[in-house]
Amino acid sequence: MDHTRAFLKTSVFPSLLVLVLATLPFYTPPYTTVAVTSILMYVVLTVSWAMFCGPTRYMSLATATFFGVGMYTSAVLGERLPFPLVVACGGLFSFCIGLLTGFICLRLRGFYFAIFTFGLNELVRNFALWWEAHVAHTVGRWLVLVDSLTIYYYMLAIVLLTVFVTFLIGRSRYGLILYSIGEEEEAAAHIGINVTRYRIFFFALSCLFMGLAGAVMATKWAYIDPRIAFNSILNFTPVLMALFGGVGKIYGPILGAGVLTLISELLLSRFPYYYMLLYGIIFIVIISFLPEGLVGFMKKWRKAPAVAESIR
Amino acid sequence: MSIKLIFDVAITGLIMGGLYALIAMGLNLQYGVARVLNVSHGEFVMVGAFITYFAHKLLGINPLLSLALSGPILFLIGLFVYRTLFQYLKRSSESLDVFEGRSMLASFGLLYLIQNIALLWWGPNVKAYSYLNYPVRFLSLTFEANRLVALLFTLVMIFVFYLFVTHSKVGKAIRAAAQNEKSAQLMGINVPSVLGLCFGLGSLLAGLAGSIVSMMQELTPLMGFPYLIIAMIVLVLGGAGNILGSLLGGLILGGVTSVVMFVDPGLTLVVSYVIFALILLIRPEGVLGR
Repeated sequence: MDHTRAFLKTSVFPSLLVLVLATLPFYTPPYTTVAVTSILMYVVLTVSWAMFCGPTRYMSLATATFFGVGMYTSAVLGERLPFPLVVACGGLFSFCIGLLTGFICLRLRGFYFAIFTFGLNELVRNFALWWEAHVAHTVGRWLVLVDSLTIYYYMLAIVLLTVFVTFLIGRSRYGLILYSIGEEEEAAAHIGINVTRYRIFFFALSCLFMGLAGAVMATKWAYIDPRIAFNSILNFTPVLMALFGGVGKIYGPILGAGVLTLISELLLSRFPYYYMLLYGIIFIVIISFLPEGLVGFMKKWRKAPAVAESIR
Repeated sequence: MSIKLIFDVAITGLIMGGLYALIAMGLNLQYGVARVLNVSHGEFVMVGAFITYFAHKLLGINPLLSLALSGPILFLIGLFVYRTLFQYLKRSSESLDVFEGRSMLASFGLLYLIQNIALLWWGPNVKAYSYLNYPVRFLSLTFEANRLVALLFTLVMIFVFYLFVTHSKVGKAIRAAAQNEKSAQLMGINVPSVLGLCFGLGSLLAGLAGSIVSMMQELTPLMGFPYLIIAMIVLVLGGAGNILGSLLGGLILGGVTSVVMFVDPGLTLVVSYVIFALILLIRPEGVLGR
């Protein structure tokens, strides 16, 4: 029984989901494809955030930075290179800047890492604003348009790649290494783990996927400027989505990103004026009442009767 | 380089430094003592500025008098937020680290909440009033009167607040709680109420700074965020929990900013950030940290 259930959970449901997503444009109106694309974008950002920050407990608040690096790569290289190469470059640049950031903030522990990454995004945005105004003499940049179906399939491919890599990490010894860094970094170093190397590499790896997503999404948004590309709300949204879903399991962030994007799309269409206000309230409510996320909530809910019995 | 220019840069530096010090001391009370990295701190500055604006426009209250209005209102808002939201988070978090993470994220929600209430209520348009907007001659140099008044009041408030922290009993309790919560509790200090007080005082300082800012600058509901950034930089500069550090850090950053502003206004934030990043990397506990 348990065996069947595990099989359903790990193989049948995911394949069905992928099948549905892959064939979605054939039987739904174009609007659905566009909406699902933005869900997929948030899934990439959230899953890649949780890939590093979940097990290691380093809270990165620079998702927007790496997403924005991807966007600007797309804007600068869009006319010169074919689209697949542009996207690859977006990921690659993001990875390199992730490596650099990882090197720079080696000494930062715990909460200072969060403050640093938060500042990093502001630094990059302000520098980009200054650069665009004084060196490039522009405000924003227009992008080469790509049709929405291509964007959709690219996003889907990136989602699959991100989830697959996260799954592989979780299954390999690297997953355990990341967890041990999160549990007790010094102890991890003492048992012979090269903490520095893994911290930098996996941080940069998570940035790679953010850059890929940015490079693709820039072509959907058609116009970007530093305020759009390095919008600080995107630093916090993946954290919220991951926490909302629950970081312990791989489907937690996916669930969180999916549900929360749906909710915010709904709010945006129903209450355009109060959208951001409601977003703030949702943020506070989730942080306050769902500390373990949906996954933890369901686990607790399922376990509750058993606990009650054992007390008796 | 004329003498006029040097004085201009120096006065701008002192005004900004004073404001930065006020705002950063507020954030330091909230993060250094109450362990809430209040990302919505800048919004409290904005609310203080708008209170002063409306008190002046609608009721004709002198902006300097409305310091006595914006301060207490912001104090109550801060106290209320701490007592409801952050105290709940603290009780339901298993460790201080978890609480720090959760409270910061919750305060990000608060940022959106306050900012959008302000946008819906007061509209996105830029607002300004003119107060003491005439030149004053001093040592054969001319300055705007409102800037001199702002400078004077900021420095007085910093001084009063500094005396409060160093010489009053409550100030002592605050410093004790910042050093070690458990020992402070054992010494008979009611730590939860001190932490609430700290959070309230933090937003009070933000509100006062907002009132001063409104005398010299245009107001929009989005004006708060840069002040948060600056307060965070100063917090890192002076070290969390070190109130005097924030005071000095604020003055230093104000000086540096006014010099950079004179060279290229577009680079002020970038330079502040570079300072911020360097300090975090070289001395994460702050230049003046413990």
